[in-house]
Amino acid sequence: MTTSTEPRRVTRTGRRSTPDSHGFAARPYDLVKEFVVALIVVTLLTVGLAAAFSSPDEKAITMRDWANAAPNDVVATAAGELAGTTTSAGFGPPYNTAADGASLGPLTLQKWAGVTIPLDSAQDLVLTPLGGVTDNSTLTDALATWQSADADQRTQWATDYSDALAQAPDGDPSAVATGDYGPVPVITASFLTFAQTGGLEGALTSSGNFYGGDQTRSLLLLADGAYLEDQARARNLGGDQWGMMNETGNYPGQPWMWLYTFWYQVPPFSTSENADALVWGLMMLLTLGLVLVPFIPGLRSIPRWVPVHRLIWRDYYRDHPRR
Amino acid sequence: MTAVHAGRPPAATPTSWTARLRERLSHVVPPGQALPDRQPAYMSSWIYVFGVLTLAALVVVVASGVLLTLGGVTWWHVSSLGRFVNSLHLWSVELFFAFMVIHLWGKFWMAAWRGNRALTWMTGVVAFVGSIGTAFTGYLSQSNFASQWISTQAKDGLNSVGVGAFFNVLNPAQMLLWHVVLLPLVLGVIVVLHVVLVRRHGIVPPIDADEEEVAP
Repeated sequence: MTTSTEPRRVTRTGRRSTPDSHGFAARPYDLVKEFVVALIVVTLLTVGLAAAFSSPDEKAITMRDWANAAPNDVVATAAGELAGTTTSAGFGPPYNTAADGASLGPLTLQKWAGVTIPLDSAQDLVLTPLGGVTDNSTLTDALATWQSADADQRTQWATDYSDALAQAPDGDPSAVATGDYGPVPVITASFLTFAQTGGLEGALTSSGNFYGGDQTRSLLLLADGAYLEDQARARNLGGDQWGMMNETGNYPGQPWMWLYTFWYQVPPFSTSENADALVWGLMMLLTLGLVLVPFIPGLRSIPRWVPVHRLIWRDYYRDHPRR
Repeated sequence: MTAVHAGRPPAATPTSWTARLRERLSHVVPPGQALPDRQPAYMSSWIYVFGVLTLAALVVVVASGVLLTLGGVTWWHVSSLGRFVNSLHLWSVELFFAFMVIHLWGKFWMAAWRGNRALTWMTGVVAFVGSIGTAFTGYLSQSNFASQWISTQAKDGLNSVGVGAFFNVLNPAQMLLWHVVLLPLVLGVIVVLHVVLVRRHGIVPPIDADEEEVAP
């Protein structure tokens, strides 16, 4: 402890500069003891909360679950992948060049990052997995027909079939209007059967790789369908339900993400096709602002204007009335 | 260094870079301030507890996370003990964030960046943002429905600003490594830096307070 004898320093704005904390009266305070007590309290609290409330663990949706619960959705998704109309097929970077993606004004960051995870939705999510099925001559013929057709013909077949499925009651493939869909109905029906038998999962995640640690393909396929979102919405996890901030079941989830998910609930973000980039841009700006608060005039003065500090240091201000 | 030289007072001006490094590190935190047994008398508010509580919760987070790694990725889905350890991890994280947010708000209203403490504030905010990233990758590593939904939603935001090209939230093996190695390492360094800065500069005095005449 030192005794300060220097005169009070005054800044250019006339405001007193902050004195060194070591120049103030001191009192006994054991920091090690405080930390040990805090550690014991937090450990007991954690054990108590864990014992009382456990933790959420809703089982992952398998491709078989999806195929059995929503077969029409699987068929529609497979047809959409062939037609190039799914989210992943038209996503743009980092999966393909079908679109430029989102932008922040003139900054096309998504495009600049490039295609680092190349994906041909029709080939990688539908045709390649089905190529491993060897005991189905009808499917083999259908795949051969598809491969021998030109790109325009393929797109025509798949688009017509997708449209017909959308028109059929409940998207039921058996109720689709008659038309020229080429091999698409056989391919999509086989895709459904393959998924129902449980073969699709491995074909997507570990094809050509014994250790299938990368779920990119299966997650993109699942997200291209409607079933995943339906299940999420039923658990109040939709984008307009504050999304990722929530947790399955009655658990607190990630409340620290409230500001990020908040923007998606209000205009112009809630109505913009470019909302993801706008929200991310805004959050990066706000985060930078939070980091630089000490240097931002006005913002750094808010604590002086709103006297919460007089509650925090009420003992000090009581003993040292403002002069 | 030989036994004869050990214990000899350091030279006034260190000549080698190792000596200069030792000299510099020895001055990072003033003597007696690393783990003090005295604090300024104005430190008389419950708000001061939350920094230490945040640190204590982080210890529990790391400890429960280490326990969780013992059984592997799928352990906690199939074992009641694993589930309980996962619950410890979840609730310690919830407490960690609750304490940290209160600590952050408290420091904001105290304008705790005053008196050359801007870097203390900045490392604290970076630790907060880094903690969000670490928790996020934890959710992606759970290999359950929440992971499926969060990853497929998050990819849109991350890809929209180009981050997804290098940080693939749909690859749980990649996310698990970020969660258990990369981010904890970075976060650990930032937290150590933050705590050292706090101890180095001491706790911020009240707004508009003057130094007092203190009897030696």
